[in-house]
Order: sequence, then structure tokens, then C-alpha cells
Amino acid sequence: MIGLLMRDLRLAVRAGGGFGLGLAFFLIVTVLVPFGVGPDTGLLARIAPGILWIGALLACLLSLDRIFQLDFEDGSLDLLATAPVPLEGVVAIKALAHWLTTGLPLTLAAPVLGVLLNLPGPGFIWLLVSLAIGTPALSIIGAFGAALTVGLKRGGLLMSLLVLPLYVPSLIFGTEAARRGAEGLAGGAPLMFAAGITLGSLAILPFAAAAALRINLR
Amino acid sequence: MSIWKYANPLKFMGWTGPIVVPMAVLATVCILTGIIWGFFFTPDDYRMGSSVKIIYIHVPSAMMAINAWAMMLVASLIWLVRRHHVSALAAKAAAPIGVVMTLIALITGAIWGQPMWGTWWAWDPRLTSFLILLLFYIGYMAMWQAIENPDTAADLTSVLCLVGSVFAILSRYAVNFWNQGLHQGASLSLDAEENVADVFWFPLVLTIVGFVLLFIALVLIRTRTEIRARRLFSLNARERMNDA
Repeated sequence: MIGLLMRDLRLAVRAGGGFGLGLAFFLIVTVLVPFGVGPDTGLLARIAPGILWIGALLACLLSLDRIFQLDFEDGSLDLLATAPVPLEGVVAIKALAHWLTTGLPLTLAAPVLGVLLNLPGPGFIWLLVSLAIGTPALSIIGAFGAALTVGLKRGGLLMSLLVLPLYVPSLIFGTEAARRGAEGLAGGAPLMFAAGITLGSLAILPFAAAAALRINLR
Repeated sequence: MSIWKYANPLKFMGWTGPIVVPMAVLATVCILTGIIWGFFFTPDDYRMGSSVKIIYIHVPSAMMAINAWAMMLVASLIWLVRRHHVSALAAKAAAPIGVVMTLIALITGAIWGQPMWGTWWAWDPRLTSFLILLLFYIGYMAMWQAIENPDTAADLTSVLCLVGSVFAILSRYAVNFWNQGLHQGASLSLDAEENVADVFWFPLVLTIVGFVLLFIALVLIRTRTEIRARRLFSLNARERMNDA
């Protein structure tokens, strides 16, 4: 399983595109928002947590179809399915690799982009923590969506349609924690809800995703 | 003798055939009586005036929007566990009806909300969770559309329905947390101290019964169509095999 993790990480970093592209997309979304809503710093400061969360979510969505698609096409997913490692574990590892190459860099980049959006001082640590807690859920939910649509020719659009509604609870609690933090309130309660959703998703979705993969490989 | 024998497509066609039409008629009678009773023979509400009368469409459709998803969930589970094709087809048949019910609830709610709250739309928890429910329905139907192999489609949409249910409930409570609502509380709980008054209650129950019957009748009709379509497909396939 560690071998699989290293393989996925190496593929993600060396195959080009996936790794830097998500971050670049995140940057562009963040830069576009002030053009859309105007350069008023007070307004930007107020919407900064939400914008950064939505940007991170969309950037995460961008690289989801890479989780299984390439392996499905060249047949290595069949090998993984028949390997002694349980398919549920494979899904979890692949989601972890996706998080390490997407969610983690996005989390680390978010405070830097927060400067661009004039995020208030106390908000930085809350934003960082809420993203660190929330993005693993985005990866595992995305892995489930990718597993559902892996057999389809143009599954990307369908996958967005399926995955984005599933992101709603994470988004609500994550932004709520970051927003409260930015306003100097205690954001502990929504943060715990976000953590609960992440943990619950991690517990359940590998099984659902593995079931979907088995159906698609049949 | 068990209930499962009715899941045989032939048996299913046999027992649903005669009851579909009476059921649809009964549904129409219930809905029409309830609406006419409600529209013309109940007093106006002292705060909401006659706009209260849209409740006879709004509440039943909102209930059926949720119940349709619940029915799809049960049907998906039965398909995954017992592999009855009729069950999967019934789930497929219920989704578009659920979408329409959700849309009716949202639209009548908007029409009702405009004079009462002064706005067509508010980011209220109930409204928002219905919008999210609509997105789930659309995703589910898109999934059925996208996959060619009917068994794979049935399997994958069932898994999606199960996971979607969990997240739909999560979203329901998440949006509660996120914003305070304008929407009034439940109008028909068994345990609540304050429900709608009896004058409104009777026609409302009648329309709800009508909507339930309408939903069942529509699901049966659509499921029968799906079964016929499936038969047609296999007949065509056999024809082509014979020709080859």
C-alpha cells in the first residue's frame, strides 16, 4: 500500500499538469473575484473565507478524474482489483495521494491568497485549519464520484454534477468556521462538524467507492 | 407465498394493470375535491388572507418530493440486495416524478412567499435544502442517462442513491446551522402543539392522500413502460440475432 501511495505520488508529480495546475487554477479564481465584485477591501475581507473555500473546492474538482481514469484505461485498475490488497484500501490510498497532491498544497497556498483578498488577521489560522480539516473529505468524496463515472467516455461533467452537491455540508461548515474565525468569533463548533463529516466520509465512502469500482470493472 | 413473487415482471404487469386506472381516477377525485373544498369552502386565514390556499398544493408536493426520494432509496436497497429488476426500474421511474414534485413545491413556495415574505426566494434552510434535493435528483437522473448497460446503470445509481441520501440529510442539518429561516414550522406533525386549524386540515389531508395516490399511479405507469421498453429491446436483440 505504501508502494501504491509512492507510485501515485510519483505519477502525479512527474506526469505534469495535475500538481501545479490545481494551484494555478486556485490562484486564477482568487484573482478573478475582485474583478467581478470590485476592489472594495471591506467587501473582499468579508467574502474572503468563502471565496477561498470555493476556489479550493473547484481546484480540487479539477483533478478528480485523474484518480482512477488513467489506471482504468491502461488496465492497472484491474490488476489492483485482483491484488491481495482490498479495493477499499486502494481507494483510500488513492484518495490520500490525491489529497497530498491537491488538498494539502491548496491548504498551504490559501493563506497567501488570503493576503490578496485582504483577509483579516485572525482569519489566517482558522482558514488554514478549516481547509486542513475539510479538504480530506473533498478528496474522498471526489474519489467516490470518480469511481462512479470511471467507465464513462465523457464522465467529467457528470462527475461535477454528482460530486458538487455532496460537497455542500463540508463547504458550509468549513466556510462557517473560517468566517467566524475571521470575524474574531470562536469557530470551534462548525470546525468540529466539518471534522465529523470528514471522518464519517473517510469511514464510509471507501466502501461505496470500491463497490462502484467493482461494478464498473465487471 | 411471499411478497417477493409480485416482483416477477410478469406478475407485476398482471396485478398492476387493473389497478392503475382506478388509482389514477381516485387520485384525481381526491385532489380535485380537496382543492375545490380548500379553495372555495374554507375561510381566509386572518394573517395570510386567501394566499393561504396555495397550501393545498404546496404541502402535498413538498411531502411527495421527499417521499419519492425515500421510495427510491428503498427500491435501490431492494435492487442491491435481492436483484429484482422491477425494483430498479421503479426507482428509475420515480426520479422524474420526484423532480416535478420538488419543482412544484419550490414554485408554489415562491408564489406564496412573494406576498407573504416580500421576496420570491430567500436562502432559508428549508428552501435551500429543497434546492439541494433538486440537484441530487438531477444528478441521479443524469447518471441513468449516461450509462448504456442497464444493469450497470441500476447498480451505480443505487449506490449513488444510498450515498446521496446520507449527504442529503447532512445538508439538511448543515443549512439549518448556516442560516436562520423565514419558513414556518411543520404544519402537520403528530406531536406538535400547534398545527393548522381543522378547517384547513381536512381538505389538506385529502389533497395529500390524492398526491400519494397520484405518485403511486404514476410510478406504476412509468415502471410498466420501462418493463415494456426492456421487453421491446430484448425482442429487437433476438430479431437481430436471428437475422444474422
